[in-house]
Amino acid sequence: MQPMTTEQIRSLIAKGKAKDTIFQALGIFCLGLGLLVIFLLVGDMLLRGMERLNLEFFTSFASRRAGQAGILSAWVGSLLVMLVTGLAAVPLGVAAGVYLEEYAKRNWITDIIEINITNLAAVPSIVYGLLSLGIFVYAFGFGQSILTAGLTLALLILPIVIVSTREAIRAIPAMIREGSMAVGATRWQTCRYHIIPYAMPGILTGVIIGLARAIGETAPIITIGALTFIAFLPPVPFTEMSEGVSAGLFDWVMSPFTVMPIQIFNWTSRPDPAFEINAAAAGFVLMVMVLSMNAIAIYLRYKMRKNIKW
Amino acid sequence: MSSNNASDLHQVSDRLAKNAMRNVTERLIEFVLFAAAAVSVLTTVGIVYVLVSESFHFFQNVSIVDFLTDTQWTPLFDDAHYGIMVLISGTLVSSGVALLVAIPMGTIIAIYLSEFANGKVREIAKPVLELLGGIPTIVFGYFALLIITPLLQKILPELPGFSLLSAGLVMGIMIVPYIASLSEDAMRAVPMSMREGSYAMGGTKLYTALHVVVPAAISGLAASYILGISRAVGETMILAVAAGMQPNLTWNPMEPAATITSYIVQVALGDLPHGSIGYQTIFAAGLTLLLITLLFNIAGQWLRRRFREAY
Repeated sequence: MQPMTTEQIRSLIAKGKAKDTIFQALGIFCLGLGLLVIFLLVGDMLLRGMERLNLEFFTSFASRRAGQAGILSAWVGSLLVMLVTGLAAVPLGVAAGVYLEEYAKRNWITDIIEINITNLAAVPSIVYGLLSLGIFVYAFGFGQSILTAGLTLALLILPIVIVSTREAIRAIPAMIREGSMAVGATRWQTCRYHIIPYAMPGILTGVIIGLARAIGETAPIITIGALTFIAFLPPVPFTEMSEGVSAGLFDWVMSPFTVMPIQIFNWTSRPDPAFEINAAAAGFVLMVMVLSMNAIAIYLRYKMRKNIKW
Repeated sequence: MSSNNASDLHQVSDRLAKNAMRNVTERLIEFVLFAAAAVSVLTTVGIVYVLVSESFHFFQNVSIVDFLTDTQWTPLFDDAHYGIMVLISGTLVSSGVALLVAIPMGTIIAIYLSEFANGKVREIAKPVLELLGGIPTIVFGYFALLIITPLLQKILPELPGFSLLSAGLVMGIMIVPYIASLSEDAMRAVPMSMREGSYAMGGTKLYTALHVVVPAAISGLAASYILGISRAVGETMILAVAAGMQPNLTWNPMEPAATITSYIVQVALGDLPHGSIGYQTIFAAGLTLLLITLLFNIAGQWLRRRFREAY
């Protein structure tokens, strides 16, 4: 083989560097494409739905006439379902996370639980819908209610809450536990007064990300048979429902409901293009909800990483 | 003196009683926490139980051979056929299109972020990817139907209003963040000394990335692709909105077709009585879906073990 001249070596290096630059441009292009999709989506829905985005849109029920339809029952439904989801998923998820990190012994039962949580995260969300159709709707007799939807989504986001709880707990150094136990605290007292409070920001981040996922989930809620056309609100506690009957504190959980994503689905699947405007406006509202929840979570994590130094 | 002793003894026994009480509470709390952790196992048991028991009733009426070989899927017609291949073809074609977008794009982004980008770019890019991954799928469905399909129709005038192609493309964009972030994690875990070895031999950044880092991280990359496949196969709303819902045995992405997931949505939107055979079809479809994702996950775990490189 001929030894290379300086010229040849220079051109070889230049070629390598050119390839680097081209790849770098490709990388930035792909990232930019992602960013572009977000902007295109939000922008398109804002422009298209602009004319419907007024107070009336938030305070009217769905209607057969596109111009008068609103998202009142949808956003109230989403809010209430999220309330049930949060109330179920947060205690369960945090307790499971604390158990796995602070209590569990290394044995086959723990292994099964851990493998399970990883696998559940990969199960398609529509399968959770089928689960709850079989269990909550028919076996438990909860029907197509806010309770059923909330519990379904709670099971769906449970792995997210558990994993973020575990990660937050794992970041707490052992000396905190040792210090607490050295002054006579029991295991639970250590968890209750030290581990859980210190892990709180991390847990909160996971909960917000989980709820942001849940609020946009459509498939499992359609699968349990939620209605797409709801022109009333769940009963407010202690108000009169019908002649002489006032609603109990928890009557709303058994009420039929609709949620934002279902409302959007309903409007996009209608042939009349007038409803596309409604879909765009409702989609914009949903995007603002989801993106701001995610942004809060990202900000919280960023803050946490900066502030905490053990 | 003796009275003093007695009160001492009293105190001790008090404390012992309190300790015993405390132990009981501790045990109780541990049990409650364990029960919470066991909910995840119960969920899996519940999923398997519901899908298998309802499918069992279904397969008492329909033979498994027909289910796997029939080329028509018309469970709601008088002349009912139950050929799951029809739905599987839609699922596989749309997932294929999605992966053709997501795997190259996700891998390029991952290589760029882990090998080329500086800290500042990464600080911005990662949250952007996370936001992209957090967009509700129903919004992506809207995007596919009302933005991407009209755009594609300008290039391909014969494209129908509903197609696997536009749904698949958007699904690909949805999956990019998952693949990118998992692949990046895998590549960042490759020790610096391996890159330094390559640089010392005169390797460029791209050469090092493609010939040193990617092979070393290949098991992690494979795992991220598998997760991407699971997402694509289980994705529902984009397909329900943008791919049309008529069953269609086709391998052509330009056609509309139903998938396993969009069929379940279609039935759930209707008003089938509980216990009817039409109602049971969605559980048989769901079981098929779960088995397909399970198959991919097992393949992923095998790949990971087979190609795992430990440093």
